[in-house]
Amino acid sequence: MMYEISKEPIDIQAVIDKVVQRNAGAITTFIGTVRELTKGKKTLFLIYEAYEAMAVKKLAQIGEEIEQRWEGACVAITHRVGRLDITDVAVVIAVSTPHRADAYDANRYAIERIKEIVPIWKKEHWEEGEAWMGNQLETVAYPSGKPEESDLNE
Amino acid sequence: MNKVLFFAHLRDAVGEEFLTVDAGGKTVAELKAELAAKYDLPKMDTVMTAVNEEFASNDEVIQDGDEIAFIPPVSGG
Repeated sequence: MMYEISKEPIDIQAVIDKVVQRNAGAITTFIGTVRELTKGKKTLFLIYEAYEAMAVKKLAQIGEEIEQRWEGACVAITHRVGRLDITDVAVVIAVSTPHRADAYDANRYAIERIKEIVPIWKKEHWEEGEAWMGNQLETVAYPSGKPEESDLNE
Repeated sequence: MNKVLFFAHLRDAVGEEFLTVDAGGKTVAELKAELAAKYDLPKMDTVMTAVNEEFASNDEVIQDGDEIAFIPPVSGG
């Protein structure tokens, strides 16, 4: 299980261990955490919700894209769902590659793609209310009903 | 029949996690418009659709038994 949605706190080391391979010269780990302040507004906690079956498939798709693009890469991703407090770990991405530059690039690619195509949503709870977050600014529209190639390759 | 799943603000608007509807033969756009009108769903122009867990275009025709999901802009990570 290289790609998981977890209702429990993520075991970071367990995600890293999945990508250990003899040909790797580097493993990069991205740990996404819950931030307290966004544009001066104080978050109390978050709720993450996923369309779990599809989310796991889309995480796997991202892993396949990386393995095609960076030779010898191995990818593992776990995303948390449920209630998360400030500083809690929301996502862990581990990528191993033969050389370090690829490990950094591929890991960055993974988090940007998660924000584009993986059906996971967060609800922000503030002192004065709550709201589901779109793509940060609610600026993206999909007139055709699905992401275009250009949206996906940014 | 078809299971139609809602998430995030759409789930709040519909008040259900899913509905069972007869959408066979309709396009994604037709089903979307129908449900948007019935439940007064907001911001549907930004909502993507998945058919059987894969993104689908507005002109895709829904088959009986397909699982449909409306996917608001995602905010994971």
